[in-house]
Amino acid sequence: MSALSILYVILFYVAMITLVAGITNKVLQYKRVPAPLKIAVTPAPLTRSGVAYRFFTEVVLFNSLFRATKWTWIFSFLFHASLLLAFFRHLRYVISPDSFIWPLVDNMVVQSFGHYAGFAMVVGLLGLLARRIFVDRVRYISSPSDYLMLLLILGIAGTGLSIVYVAHTDIVQLKQFIMGLFLFDWQNLPADPVLLAHLTMVLLLAFIFPISKLLHAPGLFMSPTRYQIDNPREQRHLSPWGAELEAKDGRNA
Amino acid sequence: MADYEIPETREFPIIPSIMEGAMAHSTPFVAGEEFQSDMGFPFTEEPGQLIDGWKERFLELMEEKLSKYRSLQVFMDICVKCGACTDKCHYFIGTADPKNMPVARQDLLRQVYRRYFTFAGKRFPKLVGAVDLTEDVIKDMYSYYHQCSECRRCAVFCPFGIDTAEVTMAARDMLAQIGMGQKYSNQIIPKVHKIGNNLGLPEPALVDTLEGLEEEVEDDIGVKVRFPLDEKGAEILLVTPSADFFAEPHIDGLIGYGKVFHAAGVTWTMSSKASEAANFGLFIGSYEHMRQISLRIRDAAKELGVKRIIFGECGHAWRVAYNHLNTLAGPWDFLDQNYPIPQHILEFTKDCLDRNILNIDKSENDHMTLTFHDSCNIARASRIGDTPGSQFTTPRQVIQAVCNNYHDMSQDTIHDQTFCCGGGGGLLTDDLMELRIKGAQPRMEALKNVSKDHGVTHMAAICAICKSQFTKVLPYYGMTMDQIVSVHQLVSNAIILEGQGEEAEDSDEAA
Repeated sequence: MSALSILYVILFYVAMITLVAGITNKVLQYKRVPAPLKIAVTPAPLTRSGVAYRFFTEVVLFNSLFRATKWTWIFSFLFHASLLLAFFRHLRYVISPDSFIWPLVDNMVVQSFGHYAGFAMVVGLLGLLARRIFVDRVRYISSPSDYLMLLLILGIAGTGLSIVYVAHTDIVQLKQFIMGLFLFDWQNLPADPVLLAHLTMVLLLAFIFPISKLLHAPGLFMSPTRYQIDNPREQRHLSPWGAELEAKDGRNA
Repeated sequence: MADYEIPETREFPIIPSIMEGAMAHSTPFVAGEEFQSDMGFPFTEEPGQLIDGWKERFLELMEEKLSKYRSLQVFMDICVKCGACTDKCHYFIGTADPKNMPVARQDLLRQVYRRYFTFAGKRFPKLVGAVDLTEDVIKDMYSYYHQCSECRRCAVFCPFGIDTAEVTMAARDMLAQIGMGQKYSNQIIPKVHKIGNNLGLPEPALVDTLEGLEEEVEDDIGVKVRFPLDEKGAEILLVTPSADFFAEPHIDGLIGYGKVFHAAGVTWTMSSKASEAANFGLFIGSYEHMRQISLRIRDAAKELGVKRIIFGECGHAWRVAYNHLNTLAGPWDFLDQNYPIPQHILEFTKDCLDRNILNIDKSENDHMTLTFHDSCNIARASRIGDTPGSQFTTPRQVIQAVCNNYHDMSQDTIHDQTFCCGGGGGLLTDDLMELRIKGAQPRMEALKNVSKDHGVTHMAAICAICKSQFTKVLPYYGMTMDQIVSVHQLVSNAIILEGQGEEAEDSDEAA
């Protein structure tokens, strides 16, 4: 195996461990911290299934963002939907043709939509970047990291498209490398600069995910204003530290 | 009227271009030794000075808050700076100060959170907009966390439900604990603890006021409507904002509650101990103060032996009552479980209207064309009625049951998109008058437009703070203070009590 391949094998493992451990750690932290008061933003659902529906409208349709600003919604939706399609398209590099889900991944629809998604993603990201630069309010609240994040993902999308349309790589060898990571049977990685750039940026994204605003993905589900059920009169809500206060002075007896 | 620059009202709302520092001078009075110590907060020789070791203390408090409030911990992490909230705050629209954009307001705390509590901020502060905690940062926080009325309009539009009010509350509490408490709130809360209400009205004064009110109503309609205080064995305890005892148009609302109870034939009482629905513990982000204030109501309910608790017209009071009373002062197993605990006066009145037990003459309100101002805490932080959104329909149904002429304001300024009156969240103080006037701009604009297009003459509200704020700011926008009315004032106008007609005819003949 080439030194380069060994380096990337190591980087892949470290990045994946960082990503999974980092996000798990954060989610566990959110779960550990109590929500002492009912603070659902109303109108809020009265039942658990109502909350599930509320999340569906937020996670799938970006309902609140749609109500807030149409331009940001268009670009943001375009970007996230493309990300999902690109993710499905990439599954063919990590799934064995023997697997029962292979036909779901290796078909015209998933693969061609995945290709178009690459362009749509770039459009979405450029739109978001333009908003950040040209809308005075958004420019005011932006830190360097906010621009760099967009540029990083633009870089990933750009190199990804280049591999498909400009600088092809040995895709069979790449798949062997990826599958090798899963099977602990390590293989060589094609040493194409564009591919290496693509993979390096993806790894970087994985590293910064748990320490950046990308935490909005898991955090969204931990937001008390959205996940709480609107039933404070019917069901008493009490946090552990709220109960301690009560026990101390006995005034709720 | 003092001289302030009044924002323009236009036919269609316009998002202003940002003007940095436009409201940097706006700062409420800092609480001095007396009020800080009454509240159990530390103080210094001069109000506005920070206690020794303030920086370590602030960071210590922040760590504690982050471990006690999931909302704060999650909200500090997950904002992506998308800008959805940037044009949603009435204070930003009215002042153009970028630090009044909700995300920028949160960032005053988030920049410190990042610097001291995150990997990226500790190692690459410039990259992620993290800053050191300095006295200037504290001053900025004190100024701009008192330019937020905790109205949650931003949270409606945030893709992740980030609620700036949660950040403001946490920040205000931490500031108070390093010597920077706000005078207005810290002056009021001890009065509730000691005397029972925000105004510091002692029991004898309350008795006097309510007796006067009974006489006034009897003179007016010829029926003796009771306004009982501390009557043991009554079925219902009414907890209402103390402004209802004397301020206009609040008191007309109180008369309305009395008439509805009278017509419904229920026994009720107020309590001198719990003679206040407001709970400023919410505004200053203090769970402990909010709990102590709530527990007065529990004590009063037990002492008086009531079976039900009903709240009068007050926005944030209803938020605390609806969402937190069960948490803070429950369990309420000693009350009648057949009724909501607590219940809103509009739920009671609506039920009476539905059962057709009130004698209503809508034409009594024909001299007015009404619109309704959804109070932020009722619209976005509670519910009145049984279904999601019934906090919007219930008050409108009651108004339309007692008035013939009604028009809503523009759709993007009502329901959960309603604009704050500009004086909520502990900002209803004269030292913030400029902010209050500017913050009222979006509501004033919508009101002017509905007046022009549909001949609306009066705006009804169900919040003591809204009513006081509008009474004060309407004149600045070329309208009159009596254009704001209580919803139960409208009920009071239209309701005909048994014996009322005869008396009126008698007096007509006598005249």
